[in-house]
Amino acid sequence: MTRSGFVIANLFRRRTRTILTLLSVIMAFLLFGLLQSVNHIFNAGADFVGATRLMVQARVSFTSPLPVSMVPKLEAVPGVARVAYSQWFGGVWQENTPLFVFAIDPLRYRDVYPEYLMPDAQWQEFAHTRTAMIAGRQLANQYGWKIGQKIPISSNIYPQKNGSKAWAFDLVGIFDGKDEDWKKRTNVAFINHDYFDEANQFGKGRTNFFILELTDGNRAEAVSRTVDAMFENSPDETKTQTEKDFNLGFVKQVGDIGLIVRWILFAVFFTLLLVVGNTMAQSVRERVPELAVLKTLGFTDGSVLGFVLAEAVALCLFGGLLGLLLATTLGAMVEKGTGGQFALRLDVSVWLIGIAAIVLMSIAVGLLPALRARRLRIVDALAGR
Amino acid sequence: MSESMVQVRSVTKVYERGKQKIEVLHGLTLDIPKGDFVALMGPSGSGKTTLLNLIGGLDKPTSGEIVVGGSRIDQLSSGQLAHWRAHNVGFVFQFYNLMPVLSAEGNVELPLLLTRLSAAQRRKNVAVALQVVGLADRAKHKPRELSGGQEQRVAIARALVSDPQLLVCDEPTGDLDRKTAEEILGLLQVLNREHGKTIVIVTHDPKAAEFARRTLHLEKGQLLEQAA
Repeated sequence: MTRSGFVIANLFRRRTRTILTLLSVIMAFLLFGLLQSVNHIFNAGADFVGATRLMVQARVSFTSPLPVSMVPKLEAVPGVARVAYSQWFGGVWQENTPLFVFAIDPLRYRDVYPEYLMPDAQWQEFAHTRTAMIAGRQLANQYGWKIGQKIPISSNIYPQKNGSKAWAFDLVGIFDGKDEDWKKRTNVAFINHDYFDEANQFGKGRTNFFILELTDGNRAEAVSRTVDAMFENSPDETKTQTEKDFNLGFVKQVGDIGLIVRWILFAVFFTLLLVVGNTMAQSVRERVPELAVLKTLGFTDGSVLGFVLAEAVALCLFGGLLGLLLATTLGAMVEKGTGGQFALRLDVSVWLIGIAAIVLMSIAVGLLPALRARRLRIVDALAGR
Repeated sequence: MSESMVQVRSVTKVYERGKQKIEVLHGLTLDIPKGDFVALMGPSGSGKTTLLNLIGGLDKPTSGEIVVGGSRIDQLSSGQLAHWRAHNVGFVFQFYNLMPVLSAEGNVELPLLLTRLSAAQRRKNVAVALQVVGLADRAKHKPRELSGGQEQRVAIARALVSDPQLLVCDEPTGDLDRKTAEEILGLLQVLNREHGKTIVIVTHDPKAAEFARRTLHLEKGQLLEQAA
């Protein structure tokens, strides 16, 4: 027998209680791992976007489109190299699978987003075929789309002039991302804005966003101010921001995911603290005479404190690591199951935060019972006082 | 048997219960030679267990001196006392106080975790101790799988395993039937006579006291002859 063997034996003295407590620790850390990676996904889009791009949208909301006729004015702003624009189309594939589809000006978009890689011939065909569509690699792989295929997509927002919501596009290209981050962003499709603008029933000549490619990233603030000043007090006031801020702002339309995650985790860990803390307190309370016997045998106050604290650490460490491991496995399964679109991956930082949480929780739940065990007076404890 | 194992000099012990102070021992003086087997008897509240706790280093006197095996244990700190207990004294309690999560051999091995012995050496010592108390065949059993007498034998093996010279036993047969009690007391007698252990037991039972070499009577915190 070893000291650690003695700690484990004591931990499982009430097997059902320990297993239930362990399950609650595992569940808490599973939730922690998954929610942290969800939070990471929602914020990740902001980390790698270009520093030389600005997004222009209507000041009121990006759902209120701006006129495409603003392009020449925007291009004339000093520091702007190229202007692209993008209109949300949405679209539903087959029965009820929503897609990310945007109507764009092909060649402008190609110039502003060199991170998307596609043979030039396909870009040219996209630009010169009115009903053309290009799809990202992820999306094409997910639905088995091939170049030359007719892709039927219905729109819940935009009916055609004949009133039909059924659209059909010719897939003329499949683009990829230049690196891992951009490859993850190939779950979108683009259609030709000219065709969309002409064929749809309303909202002519308008778009949701302009994307400004800057000559120099350091001029982003000055260009933003100039653009917004240019359209101030006009019917189409603008809000110009960096692509990173725009992405974060877009996520916040859903809600402050980080804050939501923090509150959920706070509630989970607070409850866990009470559950595990109660288990540890009960465990010490019901074996006061045994702890006194340990001291009688010659174990010091510090050793007895160490035994109790070690039980708390073992409980939290085993449950916590198992929870994080489950979250990692589950995340990998979700990522695989969604064809990489929902990269629920626990990176090193989540593991490190998780391990720090395990250590803190062990101390929080173990320290008070351990101090109580340390303070026990042998004669009182043996006499049941 | 003339060399002294325990010397208690003018010891008083005062307990504080709230605002009330209770003096349990009043300037008690006592000598127990090495190799002695002493039974402490007396009515409830006479201070038997308090005296035993002081001799075993579980508690400290309010005043007076206690020397056990040549060490002034009343002057040791809590940590030093723990270390002293680990190497110099074995305890046997009325209700055995075994660890329910450990087997008989695990319980006996527990004090050896405080030594530098290797795992193999520890196992060997445990086997010897269990053999001495006649429980070699029950080594793997948990306390709940043993009878009261067997549990007490395991407790005696635990007290013996680190080879202390002094055994202190608080009502070691108080929870046992007559026959089993006599077996346990016989075992203590063997440990005293054949292994040279100095034994101090507290008991209410005159028949149990007969197994000791001598009996000391306490009353109102004093040895009876002192009181007289």
